[in-house]
Amino acid sequence: MQSYELKPEHTPAQRDRISRQFIEALPFCGALRMRIEGTAVAEAEMSMPYDPAIIGDPETGVVHGGAVSALLDTCGGLAVSLHPEGTKPTATLDLRIDYMRPARVGERINAWAKVYNVTRTVAFVRGIAFDVDRYQPVATATGAFTFARRPKE
Amino acid sequence: MMAPEPLSAVKERRDGALEALVGAIAYAGFLGVVFDRRGDELTAVLHFQERLIGNPVLPAIHGGVTASFLEMSALVELAWQRAWTAMEVENLDPAAIADRGLMRMPKTIDFTVDYLRSGLPRDCYARARVNRSGRRYASVHVEAWQDNRLRLYAQATGHFLMPRLPTDD
Repeated sequence: MQSYELKPEHTPAQRDRISRQFIEALPFCGALRMRIEGTAVAEAEMSMPYDPAIIGDPETGVVHGGAVSALLDTCGGLAVSLHPEGTKPTATLDLRIDYMRPARVGERINAWAKVYNVTRTVAFVRGIAFDVDRYQPVATATGAFTFARRPKE
Repeated sequence: MMAPEPLSAVKERRDGALEALVGAIAYAGFLGVVFDRRGDELTAVLHFQERLIGNPVLPAIHGGVTASFLEMSALVELAWQRAWTAMEVENLDPAAIADRGLMRMPKTIDFTVDYLRSGLPRDCYARARVNRSGRRYASVHVEAWQDNRLRLYAQATGHFLMPRLPTDD
């Protein structure tokens, strides 16, 4: 579980800077050399490089599914933090990953996640992970994250 | 009548097979996951390191580390059960086991992690239970805990595709 402290009123430039600083400060994101590719309202895109140290299947050299999960979890958490109605850091409640096909050996893995609904207490997120073509995903993700919605004025 | 096999030879064979399985997975070394063996029962152990942190404020272990740890436990348990049968029931030697593709890793179809508590900055343990294992598909449930076996900090369920064997049609 992780949390991100972001104010919803930030301009796109501030949003990019703050989320980048925050993610890069997380030790495990640094260990996987994750980086942010872009942010929007309640939406984020991130990536991580191929690394022989994160291979899961010695026979094929394919990255372990757990590393893909880690990227999607972080990207989902960031998307929740970029939701304008949020007031508190978030944590993952549950995350389901469906593996569509093995990630290509040697290629960067990208993730995109978007909050598609929030209640007073829960943010529902969907995401995909892909290597070269975003329309041929490596994995898809569905998650629920903790959320504290700002009370209506 | 044959003399019983010396204990040291039995241990060496079983530990050797486990080491061959886990040692080949780079990501297990990257995370610092090791496996404790009691007979055929495996417990996955994740030794805490600073680099596994996902929330420096709490601090808490990264959710992705937990997901990785649980998925690794499930995969190794499945591969291990197959290797165990080959080694202890069919009495195959390591070369024959490898030749028949019995050391190959299953592939994850889907994996759902349920985060019950935040992962504290200390060691984690996990045990996987294979609820169904067919020739093609397997369903596995994993439980992970830290200080107290009955207070799980995460659990997961996943479906896996078993590797095709040369003996399959």
